[in-house]
Amino acid sequence: MPKKPKVAVWKFASCDGCQLSLLDCEDELLAVAGAIEIANFPEASRAVIKGPYDISLVEGSVTTPHDAERIQEVRRVSKFLITIGACATAGGIQALRNFKDVKEFISIVYAKPEYISTLEKSTPIAEHVRVDFELRGCPVNKYQLVEVINAFLNGRKPNTPTYSVCVECKRRGTPCVMVAHGTPCLGPVTQAGCGAICPAYHRGCYGCFGPKETPNTSSLSAWWRRLGVKEQDLVRAFRGFNAYAEPFRKESEAYEQKQ
Amino acid sequence: MSRNSKTIRVDYLARVEGEGALYVKVRENKVADVKLKIFEPPRFFEAFLRGRSFTEAPDITARICGICPIAYQMSSCHAMEDVCGVKVDGQLRALRRLIYCGEWIESHVLHVAMLHAPDFLGYESAIHMAKDHSDLVKKALKLKKIGNDLVTFLGGREIHPINVRVGGFYKVPTKRELQGLVEDLKWARDASYDLALWTGTLEFPDFEQDYEFVALRHPDEYPFNEGRLVSTKGLDIAIREYEEYFVEEHVEHSNALHSVLRRRDLPPQSPSLKGRGSTPPSLGEGLGERSGNYFVGPLARYNINFDKLPRSVQKAAKDAGLGPVCKNPFQSIIVRSVETLYACEEALRIISEYEMPERPSVEVHPRAGVGCGCTEAPRGILYHRYRIDDQGTILDAKIVPPTSQNQKTIESDLWHFVPKNINLSKDQLTWKCEQAIRNYDPCISCATHFLKIEIERE
Repeated sequence: MPKKPKVAVWKFASCDGCQLSLLDCEDELLAVAGAIEIANFPEASRAVIKGPYDISLVEGSVTTPHDAERIQEVRRVSKFLITIGACATAGGIQALRNFKDVKEFISIVYAKPEYISTLEKSTPIAEHVRVDFELRGCPVNKYQLVEVINAFLNGRKPNTPTYSVCVECKRRGTPCVMVAHGTPCLGPVTQAGCGAICPAYHRGCYGCFGPKETPNTSSLSAWWRRLGVKEQDLVRAFRGFNAYAEPFRKESEAYEQKQ
Repeated sequence: MSRNSKTIRVDYLARVEGEGALYVKVRENKVADVKLKIFEPPRFFEAFLRGRSFTEAPDITARICGICPIAYQMSSCHAMEDVCGVKVDGQLRALRRLIYCGEWIESHVLHVAMLHAPDFLGYESAIHMAKDHSDLVKKALKLKKIGNDLVTFLGGREIHPINVRVGGFYKVPTKRELQGLVEDLKWARDASYDLALWTGTLEFPDFEQDYEFVALRHPDEYPFNEGRLVSTKGLDIAIREYEEYFVEEHVEHSNALHSVLRRRDLPPQSPSLKGRGSTPPSLGEGLGERSGNYFVGPLARYNINFDKLPRSVQKAAKDAGLGPVCKNPFQSIIVRSVETLYACEEALRIISEYEMPERPSVEVHPRAGVGCGCTEAPRGILYHRYRIDDQGTILDAKIVPPTSQNQKTIESDLWHFVPKNINLSKDQLTWKCEQAIRNYDPCISCATHFLKIEIERE
């Protein structure tokens, strides 16, 4: 019997939700666990098998000097390094510090700022090491996660679309919330993958899968303005869970300057 | 090092949510030091909530924890509705309880079967356990999935649901749609009864302390979203009085902010937080003897609200070997299973009485002020307080999650638990200590935004 591929899960600054997606694959978990060797997954197991690993799944962003060193080590022991979720891929919600003075942030939350060791910015993994694949989402879609693991184990490219949420709405038969109800929606500039959940629940997309390929953010902003959205609310909209992803960051900065 | 000395060091606690470590020092067969260290990096939620809209709090604070996002959404919604003077009741209130049932089921079963049970049976993980206990693990996975399905149905997805908003929901289900969940929930009810019986057969160390349990208590129901904060040692206060009684204390040995409960037999030392708009008392420096640790979560809820459980659930608890009071934290695994059963029954009750409300949410207009909310997350009370202006912009936020409230009690347990097990081998004792920590189902991802971090570098 050939040796099973070794998979490791690593956590950086995050909420644990993306790695939880693995445990939320209730129907697939035992089958997946049968096909791979879960070599390092502290959230689920106290057993640790030494590297190197065939696949490393990395959750979370880099926010401390220690983590900036640790990600180098993770890269060194990993054949393929896959980032899972908005934190690892774009810096996450904690990247909101990148727009402010982090020292001020520390003093708001902590009484003794000198004890806190943190970096100025929350940055995606790819700013530190080479990344083989980035899976989007806050949280990731668990079916996409299984697809990505499957693809890497079988030496093929993952089948995850880079088009917008709008395509998923059309496929799902959801009437456009922006056209039909005048509800501001980030769907036109946001990458598909969630299954267009928000519009199906009568609310606008809030961009948790990050920018789609070549998004026209300024055109969408103009449409939002026509719907009566204030500039400060546009800044907030682009400054969400993927605030530091370049197209969203630039758009929020453009409107911040206009204010 | 003498034969009677040992150091237990768990550099990365497994099967908890987040990154923590344990350090226990034993000298001359006595515990010399216990440190539950948190090295999860800080994420500064309370800081970046400033300047955001009050309507964004449920979606943003959900990201504190991927395991209990509903709890964050509920506490933040209630706090915002408190500021704005809005009450959400009727079927919308019932739907909030219903989605919370889903979260309790998925979170409790995750912990019972996948994180905690392996300790009792001596496996490294549920996946290792599945090789010998395939039926148990498969059944638990199905049960967990039904909890997740309920959250997904009402919330859009199981992690960071999108359908919860200040004032209610974006979309509410029809009566017929909800009926679709009934068959699964009936199966889940039976399965959680079986799970409770099974957990009752596990072997428990003889261990209890004189805890002060704290939970919400509501006159009519087992608590989720509302009630008074009640303890087993006489505390009985409104949620908005929380900060008069609970203080975050700076503990020197761990550099961590621990939440402590003031002693009520002594006059208050810090200025109290009466009325709205005042600032909370400063960190409880020097409270020392004036305050104590306390215990939140399933055990606390159970001990305080046993009489509010339906007869059938009380009977199930009895069948699993529990009385109306349970003080052994290792038996929290039974209590979680009993609460899972309750969540299934409550979900079925809510569905049977459901009528689709006319509107999915109550309109909420911002007004300047301070408001707070406290709800029962799977791991215990989760307190939020916000100050907003008349445009709805958040000026100030405070969030106290269950794990930071239990942290001091966890350490206290270890101080008492280690001496009783001092003759075990180092490996066995280490594992037992881990198990004692997992009794609390600690969620370090939650706790971290509020804890001092000690990062050691050599």
